[in-house]
Amino acid sequence: MQAIQEVRGTAVPLLSDDVDTDRIIPARFLRCVTFDGLGAHVFEDDRQQDPQHPFNDSRFQQAKILIAGRNFGCGSSREHAPQALLRWGIRAVIAESFAEIFFGNCISLGMPPVRTNRSVLEKIHAAVHEDSKTEVTLDLNDMQIAFGTERFDAELNDSVRTALTTGAWDFLAQLIEAESQIRQTAESLPYLARFR
Amino acid sequence: MSDPRNLFDKIWDLHTVRSLPSGETQLFIGQHLIHEVTSPQAFQMLRDRDLKVMFPERTLATVDHIIPTDQQARPFRDELAEEMMRAIEQNCEEFGIRLLNLDDDRQGIVHVVGPEQGLTQPGTTIVCGDSHTSTHGAFGAIAIGIGTSQVAHVLATQTMLLNRPQVRRVAVSGRLQPGIYAKDVILHIIRHLGVQGGVGYAYEYAGTTFEQMTMEERMTVCNMSIEGGARCGYINPDQTTIEYLRGRPEAPTEAEFERAAEWWLSLRSGPDARFDDVVEFDAADIEPTVTWGINPGQSVGVTERLPTLSDVAEDQHAAITEALEFMDLQQDQSIQDVDIDVAFIGSCTNSRISDLREAANIVRGRKVADNVRTFVVPGSQQVFQQAVAEGLDQVFVDAGFDWRAAGCSMCLAMNPDKLRGREMCASSSNRNFKGRQGSPTGRTLLMSPAMVAAAAITGRVTDVRALVESATD
Repeated sequence: MQAIQEVRGTAVPLLSDDVDTDRIIPARFLRCVTFDGLGAHVFEDDRQQDPQHPFNDSRFQQAKILIAGRNFGCGSSREHAPQALLRWGIRAVIAESFAEIFFGNCISLGMPPVRTNRSVLEKIHAAVHEDSKTEVTLDLNDMQIAFGTERFDAELNDSVRTALTTGAWDFLAQLIEAESQIRQTAESLPYLARFR
Repeated sequence: MSDPRNLFDKIWDLHTVRSLPSGETQLFIGQHLIHEVTSPQAFQMLRDRDLKVMFPERTLATVDHIIPTDQQARPFRDELAEEMMRAIEQNCEEFGIRLLNLDDDRQGIVHVVGPEQGLTQPGTTIVCGDSHTSTHGAFGAIAIGIGTSQVAHVLATQTMLLNRPQVRRVAVSGRLQPGIYAKDVILHIIRHLGVQGGVGYAYEYAGTTFEQMTMEERMTVCNMSIEGGARCGYINPDQTTIEYLRGRPEAPTEAEFERAAEWWLSLRSGPDARFDDVVEFDAADIEPTVTWGINPGQSVGVTERLPTLSDVAEDQHAAITEALEFMDLQQDQSIQDVDIDVAFIGSCTNSRISDLREAANIVRGRKVADNVRTFVVPGSQQVFQQAVAEGLDQVFVDAGFDWRAAGCSMCLAMNPDKLRGREMCASSSNRNFKGRQGSPTGRTLLMSPAMVAAAAITGRVTDVRALVESATD
């Protein structure tokens, strides 16, 4: 799995709050056995109802960075939500805050979910509306968001940041390493030992 | 001083395989529950890396989300749903996992099945690729919803990496008055702590209100922990928990059961248990509660009025305005007498036998209002059978309700049970997000099953206490 040091690209601004996973990928698209093809359906119902939706906007079609509001990704645990974003082309999400399961799912996919202040998000929003080709860079080593001449702090827990920048975000390999300790733990659990 | 660890601490410590230098914990998972929607890709991840399931005996699968609740003959009419059924059947066969399929009378909504089979027990860690896994915390377990990649991790290693949350004690004291139910308690908590209030926390629900609840009521409360942003929620095990588990198919028996009961009680947060935060509520402040908006925190007591913009902080205005517009409701209006088009009693929140009994008590001898579509969906085949044995199905049918087979149904639009157009639905489920119930413009009002029953009878949101009183005349 590759180490992710930075994500650089144009941004798509979706500065609403409490955007839930049912909106990110409506439930009917979860009737699938692979994640293929989910990109085409990201925000499908919101986009149908609002022709001006940022994901419909031709100016933002190549965006790699999603700018979002408070409590982004709340609702269901469906990994299909960040998968749909990833397959649409998003490589990082910068939000005011994240719902926890969604946050964890992003990391599983190597898609950095970083937090920053509302005022910074509004500045990026304004910048990309003025010039949609504005390049935004998220640097995970010094935890900075840069666009134009501006630089701002980004927040991400250390453990997650380390996982992404060292390529250790593919957790399965790490988990498997501990097989003998896993079995030891199992043996120590009362309910696996008839409560003796 | 007795043990300062709360129940969460004790179970977390017991299940810690190791701590990584990064600070995360590799946590052993005692019970892994699987369903057909979040598992196909996980099993494929194992196949791609030539891995086996490490503890197939600690894994149980069922089907619930995509199944129809009327025409259940195979192959399903919906080809995608049929494909997912074949996938879970093949995967369980190939990897040696027990599957409670439609032809097994233990099948049902995964969070109804685990507890009723006695598989959900105090002191365990339980995960499932579904956010309402928090339901199982009602038994004094750490029960967490996970994504598909994590499902793969648990299949392959029976562990996953987690950051340790803090623990907030949410205390509610006092007795619930007639017409006020567990659903109202959790909606009230979410309203006051917010849909993000619990981020970074596990919730311990404590206090006399919860102590007086049955296990089914506790499950309703814990089920919606995720709606409050919490990672999980739990209630300390007690005699109620023990008696619920006694005699259940997967529960220990005889001397082992007695040893288990003693161990379960030892897990309780003791008198000196410490918490990162404590909040308190009074049951007397809780009314029948109804959501009016597009997230589960946007609710009011049934005798209250919707928010007035000038009374709320400016940073809330956009969200409230968006919700009112979508729901076609007005600020400062009453929630009572809002007309409904659909009434849904079901979901992992409220589809157990006690929920059906409460709803049946409201509808007995009455009729569904004209122009209201209804769905009564028991949470499992076992609940279905018990309801039939008690004659509840007949009560619903006589009143004009549509009595269905078990499944997730209209909670989430992944099966044929859906809202149409702008329909307004009185629902006993757990989410009112835009489009949740299957129509992009459909609207959801969350409430208790008794309140859904009352709304179905009158055709509009109704204070169930009026009907409860006249039922006892």
